[in-house]
Amino acid sequence: MNTYGVIARFNDPVELVHAAEKIRDAGFTDFDCHSPFPIHGMDDAMGLKRSKLGYVIGAMGLTGALFGFGLQTWIHSIEYPMNISGKPFFAYPAYAIITFELMVLFSAFGAVFGMMYFNSIPRFHHPVFYSDKFSRVTSDAFYVSIEISDPKYNEQEVKSFLDKIGGTDIEVLKDEN
Amino acid sequence: MMNNKIKSKAEIRAEKLLPGNQDFTTLTDDIAGVPEQKKTPIQWWLLFGLALSLLAIFAGSVGFLIWEGTGIWGINNPVFWGWAIINFVWWVGIGHAGTLISAILHLFRQNWRNAINRFAETMTLFAVICALVFPGIHVGRIWVAYWFLPIPNQMGMWPNMRSPLIWDFFAVFTYFTVSLLFWYTGLIPDLATLRDRAKTNLKRKIYGFFALGWRGGNRQWQHYELAYLVLAGISTPLVLSVHSVVSSDFATSVIPGWHTTIFPPYFVAGAIYSGFGMVMTLSIIARKVYNLGHIITLEHLDKMAQIMLLTGCMVGYAYSMEFFVAWYSGNAYESFAFVNRALGPYWWGYWAMIFCNVVVPQFFWFERYRRHIPFLFITSILVNIGMWFERFVIVVITLHRDFMPGAWAMYNPTIFDVSIYIGTFGLFFTGFLLFLRFLPMVSIAEAKLVLPESNPHHGHEE
Repeated sequence: MNTYGVIARFNDPVELVHAAEKIRDAGFTDFDCHSPFPIHGMDDAMGLKRSKLGYVIGAMGLTGALFGFGLQTWIHSIEYPMNISGKPFFAYPAYAIITFELMVLFSAFGAVFGMMYFNSIPRFHHPVFYSDKFSRVTSDAFYVSIEISDPKYNEQEVKSFLDKIGGTDIEVLKDEN
Repeated sequence: MMNNKIKSKAEIRAEKLLPGNQDFTTLTDDIAGVPEQKKTPIQWWLLFGLALSLLAIFAGSVGFLIWEGTGIWGINNPVFWGWAIINFVWWVGIGHAGTLISAILHLFRQNWRNAINRFAETMTLFAVICALVFPGIHVGRIWVAYWFLPIPNQMGMWPNMRSPLIWDFFAVFTYFTVSLLFWYTGLIPDLATLRDRAKTNLKRKIYGFFALGWRGGNRQWQHYELAYLVLAGISTPLVLSVHSVVSSDFATSVIPGWHTTIFPPYFVAGAIYSGFGMVMTLSIIARKVYNLGHIITLEHLDKMAQIMLLTGCMVGYAYSMEFFVAWYSGNAYESFAFVNRALGPYWWGYWAMIFCNVVVPQFFWFERYRRHIPFLFITSILVNIGMWFERFVIVVITLHRDFMPGAWAMYNPTIFDVSIYIGTFGLFFTGFLLFLRFLPMVSIAEAKLVLPESNPHHGHEE
């Protein structure tokens, strides 16, 4: 049987935010706060840096726009220059729409797949799923998890610390073997 | 500190949007309870049977169309664009309200949208699928529809990127893809809820697969929220661009009545107007059948009616401005095109449009009509009838009499025009009913954000 970390339950978003602040101040780094919905102010309480996803989306959007404009220019100026009702081959105002659409399309892919990459999902197995009570977190429960990979991790100390800051239902995450 | 007797603004808002004693637990139970129902309601089976019958009509008609060609439609010379284009524009327009609700109202932090956004986004998805059918089949030779795409081929042939029809293809295709991504991203936390509540192993596996292993940690929410915000941000100009591009199919031509610069904003306003009509129709039925009147409340219907009043007035303004410009331009063809709309052989189409889109929404100035459910239900259907006639006016009435009287003709739809249009309702409702049966129709995670206790700072700021 292996252990993976400790989870503790808190009553509401206010308690969860305060718990996050205390865990952050105690020097833990590999912990997470689980809730049924995103909680305002939690990033600061946990001491998280700003998400880098914006850069990914920006780069993808720029790529899409350049690709869209380049594709149209290449088609009508180089590959297949065809005179249609006397329109100029390099009719750049007419390229604005497809350039824009491809920018949006690429940004959207960047946003969704970038989000999946940063969140490491799909990931169907995670130690927190070993707890049965934890499943309420997608409905109405608020949990903190501290993982064994944290340099300050010590099972007894973490358990008493979580108890001290008001956690209930403290549980050690263990697999079934 | 807050006095017990004085309620904060957030609490007053929440009481209107989620009346009664609702909390995180009851919200989950009520919303997730619908797809978890053991016994499917009889009304669902009746509607599903009807939808499947219409879908069969659709499949048969489209099959015959592909076999026989577009000659089975009523299109003629000069009306080369008939019901297929009318229906395409109509369905795309309906989709717009979904994106407006999910993206634009999200950016404006209108959290009343949280009760109806899932619903509206799903409507968008299926409406855009129905819309995409028409450009697909009206090309006649459907097996070469992929020529729309810039794919390298042995013929060395490329689409004409300077043509509005190709812009349109790119715009609608992008719109569908982005709407699908937005919808699915919003669903991930709710799929995790259904996974965690699933009673059978099969359900847990299926919902679990699509939930991607979501565990609601803030390290996930952080990136998730940013992705969601950016999707809302890019969907906003996208949705405004889509119907503008659709309108440029008409506006870049030289046909009197089409060649006007007012088309893009006018089409966008009309699209939002018709889309809210459809959201209203669907949500009135769903809240009744599934007893969700405490989640999709009169307050929500009232706000939707207000948006319909606004956009209805905008299209009314556009109709009158078109007439003014037709007269002011001094162009005989332009003036004739508009007089012909109102007083020509298809006068009934024009006045049906004016009645449904301009007269009917005026009742929404009064609160009692905005909160009268049978009235709202009937008007929401009239709105979409009116918007269908608007496209009929633009497409058929404009084309049937253009420059030379010798080239004029009347247009008559055939049974196949009708059956394919009716059939798309089968396509739409089959998809929509399956969604109602298996997925949460209200966003569970977002509905909770309306409750004041979801914000750890409530009571401190105000």
